[in-house]
Amino acid sequence: MRLWFGKWTAIAKESVDRAAIFAKFLCLLHVTNTYIFSPTLVYGPSMLPTLNLTGDVVLSEFISHRLGKVGPGDVVLIQSPENPRKTITKRIVAMEGEVVSFLVDPSRSEKSRTVVVPKGHVWIQGDNIYASKDSRNFGPVPYGLIQGKVCCRVWPIDCFGTL
Amino acid sequence: MVTPSFLWNVCKSSFTFGLIGLTISDRFASIVPVRGLSMSPTLNPHESTSLGLFTDDHVLVEKRCLTNYKFSHGDVVVFCSPSSYKEKHIKRITAMAGDWISVPYSYDAVKIPEGHCWVEGDNPTNSLDSRSFGPIPVGLIRGRVTHIMWPPQRVGKVDTRFPKDGECLVCYCIIIFL
Repeated sequence: MRLWFGKWTAIAKESVDRAAIFAKFLCLLHVTNTYIFSPTLVYGPSMLPTLNLTGDVVLSEFISHRLGKVGPGDVVLIQSPENPRKTITKRIVAMEGEVVSFLVDPSRSEKSRTVVVPKGHVWIQGDNIYASKDSRNFGPVPYGLIQGKVCCRVWPIDCFGTL
Repeated sequence: MVTPSFLWNVCKSSFTFGLIGLTISDRFASIVPVRGLSMSPTLNPHESTSLGLFTDDHVLVEKRCLTNYKFSHGDVVVFCSPSSYKEKHIKRITAMAGDWISVPYSYDAVKIPEGHCWVEGDNPTNSLDSRSFGPIPVGLIRGRVTHIMWPPQRVGKVDTRFPKDGECLVCYCIIIFL
């Protein structure tokens, strides 16, 4: 009887230890995926020809935007201002205080508008201006919505490298 | 006696506790101090003194709401300021996407766009909120305030209440006339 009880407590102790190691691993995974870097699947037509229509896996890092080091020309992951649960991939065209000139509807007319980006906001545009819903539709977005910066593409293998 | 293996164990333990603490404060809840009087009398009802950190209210901010971004009228939320991403503000949501809000000191009404919300402080005379910077995207919200944890005599739930009746009346009148 005592032997059986002793064996049971040993099994319980070992499973608690294993669960603790697993919990620590999950915490490490969360911190890496939120604060350091993470692979992300991106898809859609708005960043052609830089990113493919059917989907690419890119490596995105989360350190630059916290230090304020993202700038014009960077491809960033940003939370959509119209739907907070959706993350979109666009290129930063202008930072706060800069003047942006853009074509309002490039497939239909030559009309262009000029806008000054307000403080704390960025102007984002997709590389494919004919099929992209970006700052030309919903205006400049606050810097706080930026989630990370895309640094290189890892899949498909033949397109491996920086964008 | 401080040996290298003792130091290594201390480093390992503090690293592990740091990871666990960061994960819990990101995914579940954290406790933050509230500065300023823009949410009086709900939070910080008294003028802050030189001992600011000890007399300020400390609140529990829950992060489980960030999986769905489902907020409602009357929630007190923590969000990144739209004009300066490093600062965080605490205000109450008074209108959600699709609502009409009357612009102060004019006869205009603004419809809150999809994915945005209107935030206001409970103390309108001393609050920098959506009346100055307009509706904010819901993606800027970083947590919802549920309880006051300090000082001990003010421990309790922060209640969610609807906006003042006067504002709602203006919104309904405009919809009828349209």
